[in-house]
Amino acid sequence: MLKIKDLAVNVGAKEILKGLNLNVNAGEIHAIMGPNGAGKSTLSHVLSGKSGYDVTGGSITYNEKDLLEMPAEIRAREGVFLAFQYPVEIAGVTNVYLLKAALNAIRKHKGLSEVDAMDFLTLVKSKTKALDMDEKFLYRAVNEGFSGGEKKRNEILQMAMLEPQLCILDETDSGLDIDALRIVADGVNALRSENRAFIMVTHYQRLLDYIKPDFVHVLADGKIIKSGGAELALELEEKGYGWLEQA
Amino acid sequence: MKTDISWLNTLRQNALTQFEQTRFPSQRLEDWRYTNLSAIEKKQFAFANQVETFDDTHKNHLADFMLNDCYHAIFVDGFFDALLSTLPENITVCSINEAAEHHETVLAPVFNQAIESPHGFTHFTNVHFSDGIFVCINEHSQLDKPLQILHFATQQAMSATRHVVILEENACATLIETFIGVETQTYLTSSVLEIFLNDHANLTLYKVQQDSDKAYHFGGTYVKQADNAHFTHHNFALGGLLARSEIMSHLETGAQCELNGLYLGENRQHLDNLTRIVHAKPDAVSREYYKGILNHRARGVFQGRIVVAKDAQCTDSQMNNRNLLLSSDAEIDTKPQLEIYADDVKCTHGVTVGQLDEKSIFYLQSRGIDEDHAKHILTFAFANEMVDKITVPSLHDCVFTQLLARFPQGAER
Repeated sequence: MLKIKDLAVNVGAKEILKGLNLNVNAGEIHAIMGPNGAGKSTLSHVLSGKSGYDVTGGSITYNEKDLLEMPAEIRAREGVFLAFQYPVEIAGVTNVYLLKAALNAIRKHKGLSEVDAMDFLTLVKSKTKALDMDEKFLYRAVNEGFSGGEKKRNEILQMAMLEPQLCILDETDSGLDIDALRIVADGVNALRSENRAFIMVTHYQRLLDYIKPDFVHVLADGKIIKSGGAELALELEEKGYGWLEQA
Repeated sequence: MKTDISWLNTLRQNALTQFEQTRFPSQRLEDWRYTNLSAIEKKQFAFANQVETFDDTHKNHLADFMLNDCYHAIFVDGFFDALLSTLPENITVCSINEAAEHHETVLAPVFNQAIESPHGFTHFTNVHFSDGIFVCINEHSQLDKPLQILHFATQQAMSATRHVVILEENACATLIETFIGVETQTYLTSSVLEIFLNDHANLTLYKVQQDSDKAYHFGGTYVKQADNAHFTHHNFALGGLLARSEIMSHLETGAQCELNGLYLGENRQHLDNLTRIVHAKPDAVSREYYKGILNHRARGVFQGRIVVAKDAQCTDSQMNNRNLLLSSDAEIDTKPQLEIYADDVKCTHGVTVGQLDEKSIFYLQSRGIDEDHAKHILTFAFANEMVDKITVPSLHDCVFTQLLARFPQGAER
């Protein structure tokens, strides 16, 4: 599904990613771990099409297409979803309007008609309930005045509604208490399927207790320096990142 | 037809003498420094005539803006149209010409008393007004539904109207001023409204200026609020090539004044808003919130002044002006001013000028929404905060529709 080859990315004059390679197939869950400043968030942002990054080398192929050539909204319509580390508060725009506008933009891209108003409401209400969110959230402004946990749940709600193929979770566990973490993890686990892949970017192993990855990669100094199975995360938890960086 | 009443004739004569000295205001006056009126002088407009009949296109245009569930006072090119109008019974509402004859004892003593800083436009309007509305609501009475005062310009000409609204003690009313014109027509509309609110009276006034994109507009609203009177104003400046709006209110003890405004400029529109709230006595409260969106080469002006007199202890006043510039050629001149002579007061003011937030645009894009659509959503939301304050459903619909036409897909109906 996703092939990242020798990816090199600068922010201004600073090299952040220095030849990163990663292959992700449908149905897989990959965890990207690493120390602060290793380039984890840069990777998430570059995948989702955020501006402010210069790709100086390498390629990203997504479903046999050149991802880097697509504007952010086309990536989203093609099934790439970024769950933000810091979801943006948007005053005056209701959650329900954002969800409907986004769903219709994606449907239009796929050649489908706009979603029926009643069907949409039934769908969104069931997904909201599944995430243990009050329906009132739907009619509040996007993320405005939401707690950290509510914002992250809202990201998962959007993910559940838009049914992307490639889900990127950027530090989704940050700022979550244990109950919120469990709800978010349950939401993600419910979305696991053989057609869908996940990239979880995380500093801590905590999230991986709830969402078991198939692969764990260590990103340090702009490169993946070690890959392994779920057990690698436990090793990192125990030993930290130092022993790998020195090696 | 101008009414032949001696007190009014004297007033018109005096106004003419003053207008001959002042002409239309020049930019040398501080209150007018951002607005150049020379184009109006150059147009050399003639005065509009009273039209006998008008065609179906005009009728349909008018019908589009006549609000349901309201009384209507219709002015066509400045002339009161009794046939198209529906006025409330049992409450004094009539044309100002009729009032000058039949309600002279009420009207004459107050006429011109609320205008504290007269200038060329107020003089001009006093000299030349063809008609206007007179509303007088007795104590403890209320208007059972809003009265819409609809100004419709059809001719390439100028027209002036003069209005007086009096609410006696504890009276209550909602009024809506709507200014429209035949599309692409060039004209000048000048309207001066004086409002007198006695103790505990409560008036909500909406103004929707939706003139043609070649029109010149002046609208002045001058209010006197007696003790504990409430005045709420919602000012929507959407149309016109050059439009100036003035709202000035004088607050006695415990009065409350809320001024909300939204100006939406595009192309080469010039939208000037001047407000002045004078806290003359203690314990009055004022809240002012104006928002502007300027696109293309449009220019907006916000001059908000709050004066707190020496006697006006315990004044509570807040003023806020927020602007969104959608183009690098758009311009806003904003000047909030506090003039405080009392020592025990709570006054705050704030101004922001900015662009759409890049992070918000990207967030929407990352959900599949393209950049233009994202910008419309965010711009609509910025403006809609003011539209949402409208509590008359038919008016809310009307303004919401105008906003949606400016920013398609900005929201769902």
